[in-house]
Amino acid sequence: MSSIIGIPKEIYANEKRVASVPDVVEKLIKLGFGVVVESDAGALANFADDSYVAAGAKIVGTAAELWNASDIVFKVRAPGLDEVALIKEGTTLISFIWPAQNPELMQALAARKITVLAMDCVPRQLSRAQKMDALSSMANIAGYRAVIEAANQFGRFFTGQITAAGKVPPAKVFVAGAGVAGLAALGTAVSLGAIVRANDTRSEVADQVKSMGAEFVAVDYQEEGSGGGGYAKVMSEGFQQAQREMYAQQAREVDIIITTALIPGKPAPRLITAEMVQSMRAGSVIVDMAAEQGGNCELTVPGEVVVRHGVTIVGYTDLPSRLSKQASTLYATNLQRLTEELCKTKDGIIDVNFDDDAIRGLTVIKNGEITWPAPPLVLPAPPAPKAASAAPVAAKKSGHGKSEPMPAKKLGIIFGIGALAFWFVGAHAPEAFLGHFTVFVLACFVGYMVVWNVTPALHTPLMSVTNAISSIIAIGALVQISPPLEAGMVRPGFWIGILAVLGIILTSINMFGGFAVTRRMLAMFRK
Amino acid sequence: MSASLATVSYIGATILFILSLGGLSSPESSRRGNLYGIIGMTIAVVATVFGPRVTMGGLPWIIMAMAIGGSIGLYAARKVQMTQMPELVALMHSLVGLAACLVGFASYIDTSIEFTGAEKSIHEVEIYLGILIGAVTFSGSLIAFGKLSAKIGGKPMLLPGRHWMNLAGLLVVLWVGHSFLNAETAGGGAFALIVMTVIALAFGVHMVMAIGGADMPVVVSMLNSYSGWAAAATGFMLSNDLLIVTGALVGSSGAILSYIMCRAMNRNFISVIAGGFGTGGGTVVTAADGQPAGEVTPISALETAELLKDSKNVIIVPGYGMAVAQAQHTVYEITKFLREKGVNVRFGIHPVAGRMPGHMNVLLAEAKVPYDIVMEMDEINDDFPSTDVTMVIGANDIVNPAAQEDPNSPIAGMPVLEVWKSKTSIVMKRSMASGYAGVDNPLFYKENNRMLFGDAKKMLDEVLTALKA
Repeated sequence: MSSIIGIPKEIYANEKRVASVPDVVEKLIKLGFGVVVESDAGALANFADDSYVAAGAKIVGTAAELWNASDIVFKVRAPGLDEVALIKEGTTLISFIWPAQNPELMQALAARKITVLAMDCVPRQLSRAQKMDALSSMANIAGYRAVIEAANQFGRFFTGQITAAGKVPPAKVFVAGAGVAGLAALGTAVSLGAIVRANDTRSEVADQVKSMGAEFVAVDYQEEGSGGGGYAKVMSEGFQQAQREMYAQQAREVDIIITTALIPGKPAPRLITAEMVQSMRAGSVIVDMAAEQGGNCELTVPGEVVVRHGVTIVGYTDLPSRLSKQASTLYATNLQRLTEELCKTKDGIIDVNFDDDAIRGLTVIKNGEITWPAPPLVLPAPPAPKAASAAPVAAKKSGHGKSEPMPAKKLGIIFGIGALAFWFVGAHAPEAFLGHFTVFVLACFVGYMVVWNVTPALHTPLMSVTNAISSIIAIGALVQISPPLEAGMVRPGFWIGILAVLGIILTSINMFGGFAVTRRMLAMFRK
Repeated sequence: MSASLATVSYIGATILFILSLGGLSSPESSRRGNLYGIIGMTIAVVATVFGPRVTMGGLPWIIMAMAIGGSIGLYAARKVQMTQMPELVALMHSLVGLAACLVGFASYIDTSIEFTGAEKSIHEVEIYLGILIGAVTFSGSLIAFGKLSAKIGGKPMLLPGRHWMNLAGLLVVLWVGHSFLNAETAGGGAFALIVMTVIALAFGVHMVMAIGGADMPVVVSMLNSYSGWAAAATGFMLSNDLLIVTGALVGSSGAILSYIMCRAMNRNFISVIAGGFGTGGGTVVTAADGQPAGEVTPISALETAELLKDSKNVIIVPGYGMAVAQAQHTVYEITKFLREKGVNVRFGIHPVAGRMPGHMNVLLAEAKVPYDIVMEMDEINDDFPSTDVTMVIGANDIVNPAAQEDPNSPIAGMPVLEVWKSKTSIVMKRSMASGYAGVDNPLFYKENNRMLFGDAKKMLDEVLTALKA
């Protein structure tokens, strides 16, 4: 008996997202599940009931009906206590839960004897789990939206322009924290044409920042800030002092600050003080993406836009929801990937397998028993230290003339050996040989010079044409067939003749075949 | 024709040969280059046949032999598939080697040329060397041909103590050479020559048998070089400057190609010849400590088509797999379609992609891909970060990021195409098997990499259908 997946309407205030979209519903049905959707569940994300029906889902009128009909429920926001009351025993709930922040909710859910998979508990260290990492998907959207909100509040262009009416300077944007959200924000700001700087306590992200076209501003203090799992850790007092100075300086220089700094399980770090806000130019904008966890800016009011000291401070806590269609689609895809992991047999029955690290990490309640927090992961091989110990191997450039000149010592040895060889030849060889030897050595050099100029694209024709040319050896055979003999000379003409004729046949295969095939090849090289 | 006239003709032919190689510096001038080669060869042959060293009595024989050889050659040139070029080239090298041997023997038994003293020794050394190089080229090229046409398995065959065997062979050749020079009778000398030829043939077989499939480009270009040196040695033997010059040109050309190939694999020439990668027994390369953890993300042909449609910059990286699947024509169809849609499609060619230098360029040219969008590795490597989709078709080691990231990797330091820097890379592969180097490829596990499993030709056909739909 295959299970039924239920998609309720989100009831949290201002929540516009929905946990699944028609495209994904279709794929879930292919996995063997039945799908029921609460009426108007996707309305705020521009997915009409009809489109769900077209994808094969059933629409039910009320939340109570939906919860009753479903074996598995997909949600975005953690359920409210009203919703918990609707859950029937044995249901599997997949949603954001935030177990650390919501202990009462956890107790209430456990009491219903259900299984709960928390999308905020995806073990991000497992590369296998990245496809279901909804936090990253949402952070990406939030980062984009943060820049759009900033642009909305900011009274100027992002990009610099020179117009007939005068020069417009580009906006300067500073992004604090270069995690998924930070990178998305700085990428968006760069593509709008702003000058973007970013900072992060984890020095390894500097390259990522630069690769996005932004500038990395380092704190002038030595300390590594990576706290595992892609998050930062709390830094020492000395570092924080240096960091404050850096932020104060950036605040004076930039037009827009976007803060994304979060430390798991702790209130957001205070990065932007009231004095810094005061030092900013009037009309500047701060978007505080950590508003929900208390804010990176001292003056942030969560959920609201306020103006302090002439600076607009955006404290929205629902940035992903403000891009509801995109956010729903990505979240639905994350859930779909998770469902695929849960249902490897594709028969519509899920298996919460605790041997699977990813699923173990996600599961916060199993059959009414709280299993959160999951034991720490044992990763097969820590790849991190390698990067530090080994400088990247410098790749040698191929192609002539780009390599380093040979060291003098090696060159000296080669010249020495060459001189010795020449002395040996000169001391022993007869006159006649030396003539040929001169020709040979010079020809080698000519060949060297000429062949280095051959473009690599034509290396195959080069081989076939040199092959054809090397059939010049035919001349050796030709002169042996019937040389003019002086009177009285005897030679085993028959045997020589056979060898020579064979030689000519072989070389002419080469000669004609080689030139013909080269011609055929070269004729194909067209612009 | 007088002797002087023949010599002058030879000089003319030499110049034409040099121009012929020089013409290959760009595709525009290359067709003329080939023509120069043909003219040069014609001049050389005609000047010899009507020159002072051939009497008219031999003319019928010469014409007959050249007619037989020429027709075989032309037939082969017309029939050969472009994917079979490496085999054809290897086979042709073996012919040059064999011809050098034959000419050497003929020259030895020719009693009409008499030398004395140092000149005699030098002449004999030249014969000895000519036959030696010719024989190695002959048997080595035959084995290379067998391996390239899959008549012999591509796996390196490694006999125990193979270096000692080679060394012993070399010592025997030197010792036999000594007795050859001091031979009192022609019969004794001939015996020594035959012993040496057998050893040289065995050495050629053994040397190429020990080399794995991925090192074939080096071997083919090395044999190319040998065939040149064989011609040069023959030239010394016959006191013919034309042969010496031509041999030296071909020899240095092959040597440079081998050098370029070795550098493109970041390998030492000696270690390639001694038999290296995929050595099976002794130095098995297992990436036990650096096994890339993670999982690959498969993609369907349909999704690939979607990705390609939505991108602005696409780079295609072909490898030997494309040649095997004969997929180059479909690749061109896709390229043409995308270019008409305004997508900037280019090709990135690694120097050792395929089984001989420039193999991929020829295949793409055959499929009518314009050569100005076919780039070398150094030209295109900096463009990957601004590329939306990179398609890797049947290539593995040449796009392996371990070469740059993992200093313990057996291919560390080898220059590679940095496909992982593009926004998305799609690797087309039959299965998850590792490449010739036997090294796992961390590229497959990268987050921005997708795997399109299946036969390259079949999958590309599906992509093309999906694109046109």
